[in-house]
Amino acid sequence: MSESIFERSAADIASAVMSGSLSAADVTEASLARVDAVDDAVGAYLTRLHGVARGRATAVDARVRAGERLPLAGVPLAVKDNMCLTGTRTTAASKILEHWVAPYTATAVARLLDAGCVPIGKANLDEFAMGSSCENSALGVTRNPYDLARVPGGSSGGSAAAVAALEAAVAVGSDTGGSIREPAAFCNLVGFKPTYGRVSRYGLIAFASSLDQIGPLTRTVEDAALVYDAMAGFDPMDATTVDRVVEPAATALREDLRGLRVGLVRQFDTSVLGPDIQAAYKKAYDDLAACGAEIVEVSLPTADYGLATYYLIAPAECSSNLSRFDGVRYGLRVDAPDVQAMYEKTRAAGFGPEVKRRILIGTHALSSGYYDAYYVRAQKARTLVAHDFEKAFASCDLIACPAASSPAFAFNAKSDPYSMYMMDYYTIPMSLAGLPALSVPCGWVTPPGGSVPMPLGLQLCAPQFAEALLLGAAHAYERATQHASKFGPRLEAVSP
Amino acid sequence: MSWEAVIGIECHVELKTETKMFCGCRNEFGAQPNTNVCPVCLGMPGALPVPNRVAIEHMVRAGLAFGSEIPAFSKFDRKNYFYPDMPKDYQISQFDMPLTQGGEVKYWLEDGSMKSCRLTRIHLEEDTGKSTHAGSGDGRIAGSEYSLVDFNRAGVPLMECVSEPEIHTSQDAVAYLTALRETLLQLGVSDVKMEEGSLRCDANVSIRPAGSTELGTKTEIKNMNSFRSVQRAIESEIRRQIDTIESGGRIVQETRGWDEARGDTHSMRSKEEAHDYRYFPDPDLVPMELDREDVERMRSALPELPWQRFERLTAEYGLNVKQAAQLIDNVRLAQYFDRVVAASKNPQQSTNFVLGDLSRLANESGVAVADSKASPEDVAELIALVDAKTINSKIAKTLLERMWNGDGSPKATVEGEGLAQTSDPGAVEKFVDDVLAANPNVVAEYRAGKTNVTGFLVGQVMKASRGKADPALVNDVLKRRLSG
Amino acid sequence: MQSDSIDVRYVARLARIALTDEEVDRFSEQLVDLLRHVDALSELDTNIVATTAQVVESRNVTRADEPRPCLDRATVLEQAPRSQGNFFRVPRIIAE
Repeated sequence: MSESIFERSAADIASAVMSGSLSAADVTEASLARVDAVDDAVGAYLTRLHGVARGRATAVDARVRAGERLPLAGVPLAVKDNMCLTGTRTTAASKILEHWVAPYTATAVARLLDAGCVPIGKANLDEFAMGSSCENSALGVTRNPYDLARVPGGSSGGSAAAVAALEAAVAVGSDTGGSIREPAAFCNLVGFKPTYGRVSRYGLIAFASSLDQIGPLTRTVEDAALVYDAMAGFDPMDATTVDRVVEPAATALREDLRGLRVGLVRQFDTSVLGPDIQAAYKKAYDDLAACGAEIVEVSLPTADYGLATYYLIAPAECSSNLSRFDGVRYGLRVDAPDVQAMYEKTRAAGFGPEVKRRILIGTHALSSGYYDAYYVRAQKARTLVAHDFEKAFASCDLIACPAASSPAFAFNAKSDPYSMYMMDYYTIPMSLAGLPALSVPCGWVTPPGGSVPMPLGLQLCAPQFAEALLLGAAHAYERATQHASKFGPRLEAVSP
Repeated sequence: MSWEAVIGIECHVELKTETKMFCGCRNEFGAQPNTNVCPVCLGMPGALPVPNRVAIEHMVRAGLAFGSEIPAFSKFDRKNYFYPDMPKDYQISQFDMPLTQGGEVKYWLEDGSMKSCRLTRIHLEEDTGKSTHAGSGDGRIAGSEYSLVDFNRAGVPLMECVSEPEIHTSQDAVAYLTALRETLLQLGVSDVKMEEGSLRCDANVSIRPAGSTELGTKTEIKNMNSFRSVQRAIESEIRRQIDTIESGGRIVQETRGWDEARGDTHSMRSKEEAHDYRYFPDPDLVPMELDREDVERMRSALPELPWQRFERLTAEYGLNVKQAAQLIDNVRLAQYFDRVVAASKNPQQSTNFVLGDLSRLANESGVAVADSKASPEDVAELIALVDAKTINSKIAKTLLERMWNGDGSPKATVEGEGLAQTSDPGAVEKFVDDVLAANPNVVAEYRAGKTNVTGFLVGQVMKASRGKADPALVNDVLKRRLSG
Repeated sequence: MQSDSIDVRYVARLARIALTDEEVDRFSEQLVDLLRHVDALSELDTNIVATTAQVVESRNVTRADEPRPCLDRATVLEQAPRSQGNFFRVPRIIAE
C-alpha cells in the first residue's frame, strides 16, 4: 500500500527530497490539496499560504539542486499565528491584529525556512495563546480531527489539528503553561516544549515573556527532534536565549531506556482522573519499565501551587506585554475624540473576554498595594517549584506524568475560567521551572459521552538543557508502544 | 520675613551612541521623521529588546564620574503607562536596582568656591518618541485637536539624573547644570545640547522661611530651553511663590510651564492622582552583573573631571574663574594649555598666550588652537624667549602669528633673523637721538606740555630698531633726553 | 491577601479597557473567584525565599553598538490606523 505524500513523516519527506525522488513542489501541492480538502471542516488555519508555499517550494528545489544540504527539505510546516512571517497576516487570533501584516520574520520560523520547510498556513490559536481549547480564538473555530465535536486543545490548537489532519507534516507552536503539550495530547501528537531560553522568542507575539517557549508539534519523535535541532540555539535578537552548545537530538534517539531512572511524582494521583485514564497511565508507566527504565518515586511538594503561581505571573506579564495594542501604530483602532478614549474603546473592542480577564487580573497583581502580596509572592513560589524539581532530579533522570487532566473535551464544556485553567495542572510546574518537557501518545480512552476513542498523552520532563536525553527517551517509548498509529483522524466524511 | 528657596533639578540626558538603547536603529538628531525605526523601537508584536553595550558603559562611566556606587547586580524594569509616543506603552527603565546609585555633582561658583549636590537617583532608560500637537495654532498640547508622532527618538538611551533638593539659588542651579554638562561632555557620553533635546531639565522649586528645615509645597517647572531660561524661570517662580504667600495665598503642588517670551511660569496641570506605574522586572532582559575589574578599569581611565580641573587651574595655576571656565568649556584647548604649561613651567604666561593671542587667532581664522600649526612646545619656547627678555612682547606677537602660519620654532626664527631684543644702552640711545633729531616739531610740542606725544616717539624708535629695542629701555632713554 | 473584592473599574482604567456595567459585575465576580484560588499561595512559607523573575541564569547579554537596517517608512505607515504625511496621527492628547 503506497502512502499518500501528506501522510509521510518529515524525516521521510526530507530524505526523499534530498535524494531527488520527490520534489518539494510535489510535496507542497499534495499538502495544499489536503488543506483544500479538509480544512473547511477542521479549521486548523486562519490564513492559507498557497502562493507563499509554492514560491518557497520552488526555492527549496533550486537549493537542493545547487547541492545544499537541508535537514527539512520540502517539509510542509504549519506556523502558529502568533509568529511573524514577513508579508503575511499575523493575527494572534485577535480582532486587534486581524489585518496586521508582519514586516519581519520570527527567528525560529526563519531558521525552519532556512532548513527547507515550506510554510503551508498560519494556524489558529486561543487569542494571544491564552487558553487550552482554541475556543478563545476570535477569528475561527478549530476542531479535533479525531472527533470534530471536540476541541483540539490549546492554545496551539490549530497547529495540532493541522498536523493531526495531515495538513502539514510538522507544526510550530508556543507553550507558556502547556500550550504545546496539551493540544499534542488531545490530537495524538508529539508536542515538545524545549528548555526556556533554547529557542528564540524574537517574532513570537508575547503572552508571558518569562514562560513562553516555541516548540514543535509532530507525528513522530524523530520529526520533533529534527524541527527542534533546526530552531534551537542562541539568537542575538533575543537576550533571553542561552548561549550554550545545542546537542543535536535527532542523532541521539534511543532504542530503549536501559540505565535511565524515571521518576513518578508522588503528589500526582491519577485516580482523580477516573479509572480508564488511571489505567492508561498505569500501563504507560509499566511500558517505561518494560523499555528498561528504573521507576522511582519523586516528590514535588509545591507542584500543587503551580497553578496559582502561574495565574499570577503569566497575567502580570501579559498585562504589560499587551499594552502595545493601543491603536496608534498598527492594528485595530476605534476612533474617539481623545486619545485616552481611543485606547479604551480600541482595547474593549479588540480583545476577547479571556484576554481582558487576564489583563485585568495581571494589572491588579502589579498594582500599588497588591504587588508584594501577589506578584512577589508568586515569584517566590516559583523559586520553590523550581527547587523541588532540582531535588527530584537528584534521584531520577526523567519525570513522567500525565500531559493533561483529561482527553479532548466537547466544545463549551468548560464554562468557568478555573476549570479550563485546571487542564494545565500537570504542565504548568515544568513551565515555571523552565524545564524541557514533551507529550507523547500513550493510549486511548473513550470519554464519557463520546462515541470514539480519544488519545492521551504521557508527559516526560528532563532537567534544563537535557533535550537530547528527553527526545531520545521518548523515541524509545514511542517505538515500543506505537500508540499513535492505532487510530487515524476521522475525516472520512470530508476527505475524498 | 526672609525666604529660602529649595531647588531640585531633574535631568534627562540622551547618551551618545551609534544606535538606540535596545535596537540597531541609528541614534541621530534631525533625521527624516519615522525613518530610524524598526520592529523593536516601534513596539511591534513579537519584537524584543537587546541592550546596547556602549550605552551601559557610558552610564557606568557617568556614574563613576559622579562618585556613584556601581552595584554588583542591576536590572531593567518596566514602567507601565500609556502614552502615544511610547511604543510599547511601557518604558524600559530601572527602578530599584539601577546600574549606578547615588553620587554627587560638584560644581563651582563665580567666586571660585566649590559646592556639591547629591543625586537622589541616576539610572538608564529609553527615550520616548516625539509628539507634535496640531490644530491649536500654537503647537501646544492644550487646545490641540490631534497630534503627530515621530518615533525616531523612541528607544534612544537616556540617563535620568535627579538631584536632591539641595540647591538654593538660581545661580547655583545653573552652576550645577554647567558642571553636569561639562562632566558628561568631558566623558564623551553625551552631546548635552539643550537646543537638540539631548539635555532636558525640569526644576522642582519650593520656598521656606530662612532657617526652617521643613520643605514647602513644591512646583515642577518645565519647558526651559537654555541655562539662561532655567535661571530666569527659577527666579520668576521663587518670586511668584514669595508674592503668593506674602499676600496670604497658598502654593499648590502642580506642574508649571516656563514662558520665555512673557518671562513667567503658568500652571500646566495640577498634580493629578498618583500614578500607578506597576514597575516589575522586565522579563525580556537578563540582569547585569558587571565585572568588577572592568569597572575598576573604567574608573582608573576616567579623565580629569571638570571640577578637578577647575580646582587645579584656580588653586595651582592661579587662573581667575573666568579663565578657568574657558578652559573647562573646551577640552581640547585645555589639553593644549596643559602641554604649554608643562613645557614652559609658566602658567601665567601660558594663560596669557593661550587664552589671549592664540584664542584671538583662532577666532579670526576659524581654526581651533589645538588644530593650528603652532605647537604647544613652540609656544612654550616663545614664552621662554620672553621670560629671558631675549625678545619683547611685540616681537613675540609677530612671532606667534608666524608660528600660527607654520613658521615653527621661534628660537630658530629669532636666531636666523637676528630678532633678539636690543638692550645695549648705547644702541638704544643712538636710535632715540636719531628719532629726536628727525622730529624737532614733536619734541617742541612735548616741551610745550603735550607729554602724550611720547607714545608716538616710542613708536618711531621701535620702528627704527625694527621692533628689537627693549621698550622699557627706550622709555627710560627718551624720558631722560626729553627732560634734559 | 485581600481578595474579597477587587476594584475592577480602577484596574480597567489602568489597563485602558472600557467596560460595560455588566462586564464590571461579571469580571468582579470571576476575578474574586480566581484570586481566592490564588490565595492558596499564602500557605507557602516564602519568607526566606528569593524571587525568580526568570529561570535562565545568563547575565550581561548585550549587543555591540552597530547599526542595523531599519524598516521602510512606507511599509510602517501603511500599517498605521491613521497617518498624516510622514507621521502617525493620534487624536487629541489629554494630559493624564
